[in-house]
Amino acid sequence: MIEIDRITKTYGDIRAVDSVSMTVETGTITVIVGTSGSGKTTLLRMINRLEEPTSGEVRINGDSTLSVKPHILRRRIGYAIQGHGLFPHHTVGRNIGAVPQLLGWPRDKIAARVDELLALFSMDPAQFRDRYPAELSGGQQQRVGVARALASRPDLLLMDEPFGALDPIIRTRAQEDLRHIQQRLGSTIMLVTHDMEEAIRLGDRVAVMDGGHLVQHGTPAEIIAAPATDFVADMVGDVERPLRLLSLIPVAELVEEGTAEGEALSADASLRDALSACLWSGRGAVPVAEDGVPLGRVTLDAIRARAGQHA
Amino acid sequence: MKIGWILRPLLVAALLALVLRPEWFTPLLAPLAPANGPVIYTRASLLSLSLSHLALVAMASAAATVVAVTLAILVTRPAGAAFRPLSRTITNMGQTFPPVAVLALAVPALGFGAGPTLVALFLYGLLPIFENAVTGLTNLPPATMEAARGIGLSRWQRLWRVELPLALPVTLTGIRLSVVIALGTATIGSTVAARTLGEVIIAGLLTNNTAFVVQGGLAVGLFAVLIYDAMVQLETRLARRMGG
Repeated sequence: MIEIDRITKTYGDIRAVDSVSMTVETGTITVIVGTSGSGKTTLLRMINRLEEPTSGEVRINGDSTLSVKPHILRRRIGYAIQGHGLFPHHTVGRNIGAVPQLLGWPRDKIAARVDELLALFSMDPAQFRDRYPAELSGGQQQRVGVARALASRPDLLLMDEPFGALDPIIRTRAQEDLRHIQQRLGSTIMLVTHDMEEAIRLGDRVAVMDGGHLVQHGTPAEIIAAPATDFVADMVGDVERPLRLLSLIPVAELVEEGTAEGEALSADASLRDALSACLWSGRGAVPVAEDGVPLGRVTLDAIRARAGQHA
Repeated sequence: MKIGWILRPLLVAALLALVLRPEWFTPLLAPLAPANGPVIYTRASLLSLSLSHLALVAMASAAATVVAVTLAILVTRPAGAAFRPLSRTITNMGQTFPPVAVLALAVPALGFGAGPTLVALFLYGLLPIFENAVTGLTNLPPATMEAARGIGLSRWQRLWRVELPLALPVTLTGIRLSVVIALGTATIGSTVAARTLGEVIIAGLLTNNTAFVVQGGLAVGLFAVLIYDAMVQLETRLARRMGG
């Protein structure tokens, strides 16, 4: 568990982060979202002390981050950034093994961990281990950057706009990969973004920052259904609220007996996907199937009713 | 590239022949020598002069590299930034002070021989290395530096494992310039009795023997071209590995 306790950072008269407190549960993804200058990146950088807090403290599993030297602390906390920041003069394997090596792991254990992570990110270890970062595509570099951050099984993984430099298609894949890997490893992740879509898609919890204050901290559904301030409502986008809400709900929740025409959706597709399929093909209902076995159908009326329930 | 593969062995062969078997060049150089005068310099072997010439350059450049890179590291730390203008002034002075004047001033203190030449070459070589090392250490990729700090490298580890290796190609360019300048400048060391290839050139100038001047000049020139070329190869290889 990560406890952020009234943490504040001032630059001269400017309060970049103003007495922010929140708790992050182990094994969850918390996305900090805000516009530029909202203090979101400063907040993140205070957790691994790339910025020293002016006041307040952060506790990781009960231990204050102020109790150890900053560079020792950072070895326990994964860190992945926009534009990956890989060491261009080291091979992929050496990049991923950087933190374990700092922590003094034996050589064979590091090598095994590097191969394990490459495989986890669907990169063939034999093919990629000895390449240099310049020889990889943007998406591969980004994956190696995240793999490096995860290498020592850190208590916490901090990510600062990790997908910012990727094109939209690769970005969506990277987000899905991160979700799967997080679920598989049970990692605790704090991620900063300016993209509410990304926050809703990835976050178990979303924290909205505005002008150095934490204005709302809750589940994506809470943020969409009940924005605490006009700023949060703006970030969510009033027009798109129903769609964003539907995108959080799997079709499995509304499946009913019966049949429908056309191509089937899988049970973990969202209601937004189902709505889209209905509208595009002019159907009143779409079939739902799991691995080819029909489960039933979702109707347009049911989706409409579900979207109306938000209040 | 291709022309290099043909030219390089030819130049190496020419240099080896010139240094090891200067007498082979007698027919070529004879027209340049004064009537009935010697064509080939024989007072000392060109090989031993070359070795001592290269050793002087190597020692001076190594010392200049150590001092210039250390200075560059100091002035690129936050605490040393204030000293950057001062260091720049000192290394600039080393460059503007003519090596001949350094020789003249150093002889009374260090006596004749290799000493004054080493001092002159050392001072003359500082500037290119210092400037390039500072450039290399201040133009590091920001995301990489941020990540280096973020994953828990200490100050020293960042310097040794990230900053210096990444600044190496640019620093090497400075060292290359410095070495080539030193190779040429070392010849004047022979005016104060340092053993260099300059001895051959000076002997030629004193006796109006152009053949000697050409022998000495050609050997120094070939060394400079080949060493320059080798260091360029090294730099390109390093830069390519870093995706440069």
